[in-house]
Amino acid sequence: MSGFTPEQPHSAKDVAAGRANAPHTSMFVRMLVRAAVLRRGRAASALFAMVVAAAVATAMLNLYVDVQAKLRREFRNYGANIIVVGKDGSSLPADALTQAETVVAGRGVVAPFALVVARTVDGQPIVVAGADFERVRQLDRWWSVSNWPSAVPTLRQAQGKLSRVEDAREMGHPQALVGVRALAVVSPKNQPFDLEFQGHKIHLTSAGTVQTGAAEDSRVYLSLPDFVSWTGVQPSTIEVAATGSPEEIAGIMRQLEQAIPEADVKPVRQIMEGEARVLGKTRATLLAAAALIILTAALCVLSTLMGWVFDRRRDFAIMKALGASDRLLNGFFAAEAAALGAIGAVVGFVFGIGIAAWIGRANFHAPVVPRFTVLPFVLAGSIVVTLLSAILPISLLRRVQPAVILRGE
Amino acid sequence: MFVRLVYESFRRQKRRKLLAGAAITLGVTVATAMIAVATDIGDKMNRELRTIGANLLVTPQEDTLDVEIGGVNLKPPSDGAFLNEADLPKIKGTFWHNNITGFAPVLPVNVTLERDGKTENLTLLGTYFAKKISFGKEEFTTGVRSTHPWWKVAGAWPEDSSRDVLLGERLASRLSAKTGDEIAVSGRQLRVSGILSTGAAEDDEVVGPIALAQEILGKPGAVRRVYVSALTKPEDALGRRDPKSMSGPVYDRWYCSPYPQSIAYQLQEAIPHSHAEQIRQVAQNEGAVLTRIEGLIFLVTLAALFASALAVSAAMATAIFERRAEVGLMKALGAGRFAVASIFFAEATLLALFGGLVGFAAGGILAQQIGRSIFNSEITISPVLFPVILAIAVIVTFAGSAAAIRKAVGLDPVFALRGEL
Repeated sequence: MSGFTPEQPHSAKDVAAGRANAPHTSMFVRMLVRAAVLRRGRAASALFAMVVAAAVATAMLNLYVDVQAKLRREFRNYGANIIVVGKDGSSLPADALTQAETVVAGRGVVAPFALVVARTVDGQPIVVAGADFERVRQLDRWWSVSNWPSAVPTLRQAQGKLSRVEDAREMGHPQALVGVRALAVVSPKNQPFDLEFQGHKIHLTSAGTVQTGAAEDSRVYLSLPDFVSWTGVQPSTIEVAATGSPEEIAGIMRQLEQAIPEADVKPVRQIMEGEARVLGKTRATLLAAAALIILTAALCVLSTLMGWVFDRRRDFAIMKALGASDRLLNGFFAAEAAALGAIGAVVGFVFGIGIAAWIGRANFHAPVVPRFTVLPFVLAGSIVVTLLSAILPISLLRRVQPAVILRGE
Repeated sequence: MFVRLVYESFRRQKRRKLLAGAAITLGVTVATAMIAVATDIGDKMNRELRTIGANLLVTPQEDTLDVEIGGVNLKPPSDGAFLNEADLPKIKGTFWHNNITGFAPVLPVNVTLERDGKTENLTLLGTYFAKKISFGKEEFTTGVRSTHPWWKVAGAWPEDSSRDVLLGERLASRLSAKTGDEIAVSGRQLRVSGILSTGAAEDDEVVGPIALAQEILGKPGAVRRVYVSALTKPEDALGRRDPKSMSGPVYDRWYCSPYPQSIAYQLQEAIPHSHAEQIRQVAQNEGAVLTRIEGLIFLVTLAALFASALAVSAAMATAIFERRAEVGLMKALGAGRFAVASIFFAEATLLALFGGLVGFAAGGILAQQIGRSIFNSEITISPVLFPVILAIAVIVTFAGSAAAIRKAVGLDPVFALRGEL
């Protein structure tokens, strides 16, 4: 009770004025706490509604912010979105790959390709490509490959399969990845085969086949060192699968142009445009859904809280009958509502982050990163909704005489 | 008496009933709209994903190898086998013809271009732009404008029956040619109707109607490849199986599912001497992206259903709690727990049916609005959903009221009437 001043009042008017102006913090806090404790059930249901609403709002906002990053990752499985080629079909400078890697620097995958037209033993033209298989595996995930050529063929073969004479003889031969359509031409019985380029011959064994349904099916792929030592042709194309927003990708393209001035840097428009469209529509749908859900949740809070406040019209009437000013009453109910909103928002935020993380894990196999930037919005929104649902019934009750309420009419 | 009680309750407490009814209506509206969006999102996104291009490729069965680097064809143009253009409309006769959103045949031919006394060897790509084709009674328009939506033309698209061509962007700047110019291609004067920009090999090529390419090649009706754009279902274990290894019923199920593989198989059946295959880059990733988006919207729909169920129960609980005095009076006059509860449940059912009806209609309109503003196409809600939605509304309203009703009928009439609880 220390909040109430012990000074001696002189008249009834002074008493009222003294009480109105007295620092009543402690009584105020006590009333707030007792109100919540005494009507546990009703307060708990109001708080529960608030927590659920805040949790749902947090989860939806978090998803909305994060879905773009998640879907962009899915779209990177479409492969390269930037292609760097030598101007007019010439080879790229020797340091182009290192340059491109420095520019991309962990923001995607970079894979070099070199292509020539070679001839089979019976003179048929065939496209032979040199590629870095490790990078291709990361870049072109849709390739259906029966068996990737091992990076160190001699070593692995030496480990176990040396019992057969043929294996030993083939030990030194480079391995190739053969397109399904090319296989019928170069090696119908899966036997080792020869290819010729400008008078140089190479003896290859087929490690496996690749099927993509596109140009790759008609090609033979070699590892880049084997390819360069055979043909002497350096990579002419670098494919880049860059991650990030359209602006970030445009930035990477500009940097690539500056780093490798001898090359043409082209976007793969079909991928970029499709990605932008699908992302835009998904976000728009999610936004509409989020708006609907948050609206519903807010209305749920509004109806629960309004019921709670209406329910306490006797408290209200008693306070008023005892001489509480309108300002004090408003302040009391507003503070109560704001406290409820703030607690509900914080607890709901934690749950919402959990829900968003679970949805991320269940659907995208990667948790949605908690966005603390969402918290102020959830907090502000919760407090606005709770204030609104407290002020509406109060402004209705204020016009009614306390006696009428206390008589229960 | 029972009916009168319920009727009077509605008549006298209009405001309160309206509030509870509004909450139910809103809940059902949100639920209906989200269910409608969730059931249709797969189809809508599938169509958006078609902007990435064709997902199936039809080639001649006995073709020689493609010799192509960076989109430039190095194979002698008359080499290898061709498909017959006359067979193409049969694509619309396959089982899944409604899922085929478009197709475009291509025929690349090597041409010489003469300009300012210099000659240059180039590729002329013959194709359909937006050709009208009829199969049986069905008429449809197809071509690169629907299968390759990222192709942009400055100027006008040529007519498929004309001899106008498009010049690739880089070729045009090299030749400093512009829309409306005449160019000499293999001894023919052709008008440039527009400049084409694709970001790929076509930027260095001349693109014209397929009839023109066939005439230059001297093979009427020849088609090198057909790009087919189809709405497919993400492949699963069944989709990946080899049709030859399947037994009768399994084969039927595989054949009647729009997997990329089964549509390719049907294309192969429809076009003689052809080989059809999925373009894995497009077809495989499409499935992954679709699954993710569908999963996301499904989970969000669950959240929406949960939120609307909660809103409905909160409104019902509040409405019942406010009527304690009434319950006290009824009990004081000798009403049993069952009688009191049945009155409340009857009211709840009426509210749920009314809210469900209005909410379903409003939800349908909302879904339509969402479809129109986001996807530029309608999202229609099937009437089959109506009883389901209504049932959900009644169940949720019941569940939401149950706790409050139980509490209300358990009240001591004395305390309830004195307003002390």
